[in-house]
Amino acid sequence: MAMATLMTLTVAVCAFALALIIGTIGATAKLSRFRFIRIIFDFYTTVARGVPELLIIYLLFFGGSGAVMYLARIFGYHGYIEVNAFSAGVAAISLINGAYQTEVFRGAALAIPKGQIEAAHAVGMSDWLLFRRILVPQVLRLALPGLGNCWLSALKETALVSVTGLVEIMRQAYVAAGSSQMPFIFYTLAACLFLFLTTFSSYGFRRAESWASRGVRSA
Amino acid sequence: MDFDLMLDSIPQILSGSRLTVLLVTLSLSMGFVLAIIAALLRRSKIPLLVTPIKAYVFVMRGTPLLVQIFLIYYGIGQFEFVRQSIFWSILKSPFWCAIIALTLNTTAYGSEIIRGGLESVSWGEVEAARAVGMSGFLLFRRIIFPIAIRQALPAYGNEVILMVKATSLASTITIMEMTGVANTIMAENYRPLEAFIVAGSFYLLLNFIMTRLIQLIEWRLSGHLRPPKLSSAPAL
Repeated sequence: MAMATLMTLTVAVCAFALALIIGTIGATAKLSRFRFIRIIFDFYTTVARGVPELLIIYLLFFGGSGAVMYLARIFGYHGYIEVNAFSAGVAAISLINGAYQTEVFRGAALAIPKGQIEAAHAVGMSDWLLFRRILVPQVLRLALPGLGNCWLSALKETALVSVTGLVEIMRQAYVAAGSSQMPFIFYTLAACLFLFLTTFSSYGFRRAESWASRGVRSA
Repeated sequence: MDFDLMLDSIPQILSGSRLTVLLVTLSLSMGFVLAIIAALLRRSKIPLLVTPIKAYVFVMRGTPLLVQIFLIYYGIGQFEFVRQSIFWSILKSPFWCAIIALTLNTTAYGSEIIRGGLESVSWGEVEAARAVGMSGFLLFRRIIFPIAIRQALPAYGNEVILMVKATSLASTITIMEMTGVANTIMAENYRPLEAFIVAGSFYLLLNFIMTRLIQLIEWRLSGHLRPPKLSSAPAL
């Protein structure tokens, strides 16, 4: 069970980290001047948030190898590539979580007064410097509560990856329940492990929030 | 892309959609009623009622739905006395286990949303209702409840979408709803994209209908907040 818990955490952390990148790119794209880019990312967030997670996991698990091999053929590689359960699971969860994070970051970015961006331009900051010095520190603080929710759902979604046979908490509980004929004990144990992980991480996010809002006065 | 396979899978997935819709409507309607009860108990000042509800919400929101489904479907049957009891005819059916798990899950999330709505009802409204002589259940039914629901609706709409998506987990306990059917088609033909596109479109359509329904209810509940309709066109 300890190894399985570690696997759950690994999948969740990898997926969440990838989703952070997707979310940042997605929010930038959704706020961009170009209509075409906005439409593409609107489509992405609508589909990724409107289609069941399980369906997306099945798609990437069954279709992942085919897609990767198709891409590899374009680059001249004709061998067989297998996408394992781990990468399919991480890819699926990060795609789903990335869509939610896109919305979180977009909301946070919109909450920053336009005057600050104009002021940064006025003192001669380049786009990159403005992004790094003005946007990122404030957006991160405003996005933290939303990111906390995204992390919790990523953590809980890892349970769905068990359908692909990846040995994380849920799969381990399934196997143990089958061999011991004590399903109640092992699913309760799985529930407790998840409860521990979610409680522990929401405590962490609360700490992070109070750290990020130090020096910010609230009503 | 194999368009024939896509066309073939439409009727199959459509037949699975009946179970999806049934799961959604049954669990959402029961979950809504239970969520209101749970929210009211949570707001009562009786610790003996508040603490269990708090614990319940904490556990249901802190564990994945899949664990809850498996615990109810596989877990409870471990005990001999359950299998001997009259409830066994319900608990051995995957359909009812899915309904129970989905209902219990949405009750926890829904109760927090409705609690937020109830807390947003301003005391002035209650005072005004008391002033005209309303009290007890009438006050709740005519004043507090409609205002609370209107406040809670946008968040409850999100919960509805999440529930539509959550019904897909019923496929893990052998229920052939849309995801279950799509998964079979994927595995049989080893062509995942076609089945995914068809099933995914149905889910998007279902979610679109759900959001529209919520918007309609929201519109109906906020009539007094809209500017009055002018009977004659204003003179320009």
